[in-house]
Amino acid sequence: MNSTLAVLAVLDGISYAALVFLVSVGLSLIFGVLRVVNVAHGSLYAFGAYLAATLILKTASVSPWLTYPAMLAASVIIGTVCGGFIERFLLRPLYGRDDVLQLLITFAAFMIMDNLQRLIWGVQPIFAADPLKLLPNVSVFGVTYTSYQVILLPVVALATLFGLRYFLKRTLSGAVILAVTEDREASTAIGIDASRVYFVTFIIGASLAALGGALAAPTTSLVPGMGADMIVLSFAVAATAGLGQIEGTALTALMIGLTRAFVIYLQPEFEVLVPYLLMVLVLLARPFGLFGAVQVRKI
Amino acid sequence: MSLFKAAIAAGIALATFTGTALAQGKPAELKIGITTFLSGPASVFGVPAKAAAEMIAEDLNKKGGIGGVPVKLSFIDEGAGGEALVSNYRRVVQDEKVDATFASISSGSCNQLVPVAEDLKVMNFMWDCGAASILETKKYRYNFRTQANGTPEMLAVLLYLLKTKPAFKTIAVVNQDYAWGRESWEIFSTALKAMKPDVQVVAELFPKFGAPDYSTEVSRLLALRPDVVLTTSWGGDLDTLVRQAGQRGLLQQSTFVLGIGESSIQRLGKDLPEGLIVGARGDHWFLHPEKKNDPAFKAFAEAFKAKSGAWPIYPVYHMAQAFTALQTAYDKAIKANGGSWPTREQVVDATAGIEFATGFGRPITLRPEDNQGLEAQLVGVTKSFPGYDFKLLDNMMIFDPKVITNPPNMRSVEWLKTLKPEFVKMDVPTFKQQ
Repeated sequence: MNSTLAVLAVLDGISYAALVFLVSVGLSLIFGVLRVVNVAHGSLYAFGAYLAATLILKTASVSPWLTYPAMLAASVIIGTVCGGFIERFLLRPLYGRDDVLQLLITFAAFMIMDNLQRLIWGVQPIFAADPLKLLPNVSVFGVTYTSYQVILLPVVALATLFGLRYFLKRTLSGAVILAVTEDREASTAIGIDASRVYFVTFIIGASLAALGGALAAPTTSLVPGMGADMIVLSFAVAATAGLGQIEGTALTALMIGLTRAFVIYLQPEFEVLVPYLLMVLVLLARPFGLFGAVQVRKI
Repeated sequence: MSLFKAAIAAGIALATFTGTALAQGKPAELKIGITTFLSGPASVFGVPAKAAAEMIAEDLNKKGGIGGVPVKLSFIDEGAGGEALVSNYRRVVQDEKVDATFASISSGSCNQLVPVAEDLKVMNFMWDCGAASILETKKYRYNFRTQANGTPEMLAVLLYLLKTKPAFKTIAVVNQDYAWGRESWEIFSTALKAMKPDVQVVAELFPKFGAPDYSTEVSRLLALRPDVVLTTSWGGDLDTLVRQAGQRGLLQQSTFVLGIGESSIQRLGKDLPEGLIVGARGDHWFLHPEKKNDPAFKAFAEAFKAKSGAWPIYPVYHMAQAFTALQTAYDKAIKANGGSWPTREQVVDATAGIEFATGFGRPITLRPEDNQGLEAQLVGVTKSFPGYDFKLLDNMMIFDPKVITNPPNMRSVEWLKTLKPEFVKMDVPTFKQQ
């Protein structure tokens, strides 16, 4: 592989990694704080994508630039409404009970949302590329890229990463979340409303999943089953990083994105295997993930 | 006591006799079990096909049904897959006692259900699955394919490419990583190697089924600059690939061949440029050049559009073929039975070798040697026409199935290897879109 192709592969890898990170980080955040493996995460991604596409198609006729706030609005609406509902009515009654119940209830939510998605948006692929078409293409070594994918998505991913770190480390609300993560009982004893923290954190995590979907909407066809595909990949990323590890999720997404891109250039037969092969190799060497640690809860 | 026993024995004998007599009479309804994707990505085919089945059955029943018996449909979701699909199929056959089944869309489903149908002795029409190997490896009595298989479908597309772009030197493939993606490429590449051995395959890419992003594949193809890019992908995968390739200029750089792209044309709208070669898995096109002025053809297309919001696509026509084949088989069996309602075995006997015509394309023959349907293949190139917000097919060629289907008792790949460059020179009628 020559240096030109290597540069192209790096660009492709970064673009892919940005989207994977945006989807996986919500899953990791929720696990880090609530200790819940949210199987419905893929449905939140799909709902975010579908609602964003609906709003994009409606707002594009008014002004194409309105499609960007429309995507953001879709993420917040899905995160708040769907995420809030799942945490408040499905998960909250199960805290403190067997973890398997949480897994089952989020799986049930996933199945219900999958059917709801078909009822609301049908089964024909939906495509809403207006936000992507607004931005110019860029040329690298004669190969055309959309700046939406090689510039905007990585920038949003980095902003999300640093925004989350700032929120958790530098704000009072973030400190409260960290305190509940560290010791729920002690936090409650000093007057922190842990239930509220769980609720807010779940909504943030769900909104991130929906944001991933909303940002993917202009680049891909929305089809039934897209949530299931994404939840599998998100789990692979989160597990490889170590559940609850935000920076780890970013680095793992980057590692998977770059490896996948180089594999497509060099040995495309192995493309499908890349995330899972990496996961197996990492978990064999480090059962708690690349950045995870035994009995330590981090976010 | 002995009188009581005799009465019971007589009762049983009478009941058995009456039951037998009733079984040979006309049933109250003709039950058909249909497997189709109602969930998952392939529901882009399954849901329109279900709508078509309901529409056809309603129309059929208004005209008196099949042999005067109304049809009743039961649907099974192929999306459940695996054991659930087989269990549901068995339930519909054994508990609901359907008279025939139409199974399936996916070749994987066909591979699972064909032996089950044979075991249960229920007549089954493979109404949409394309894997050629199913009927090549074993002779079945109860299973028939009411359409073509992947071999003539891919060969027609390749022949069109060789006839219209004979000078190409390099090719790349981007197919979904599952049975159809792999098998269709094997068919295409084997025939290509036989008929134009100097072509170089510069990339074989098989991204994950349902992949949301093809950026890296597009980058690689932009760098490789192949003359031709083939894809037999479908549904959302094809839409995504075409749009991502179009956004980055790949569709303009290479000649794209969409092996089964007919089903995506309407959805892709203006994102599909001119000059792409498109196959239709049969001679399926809502503006079929030989049928488009036929009132029944137009009425069906318009009724389907009114019901579903889109013009019919190939699974709709494949569903119509299964119904027409069933009707033809029953009519033949009834006639052979002197006008009486036939037994299931008599219907199966009658089905082998039938020729039937839906009126939506050229007639189809179920080859008696292997129960394989011989179906014409339509291939065209995309072009803009006024009055449509999506591209239409132009310069359409309709290939004779008898010429491009492997002979019975010969495996597809083995037959394709025997093709010579002269094979391309066959005469094929070309139709302009008017």
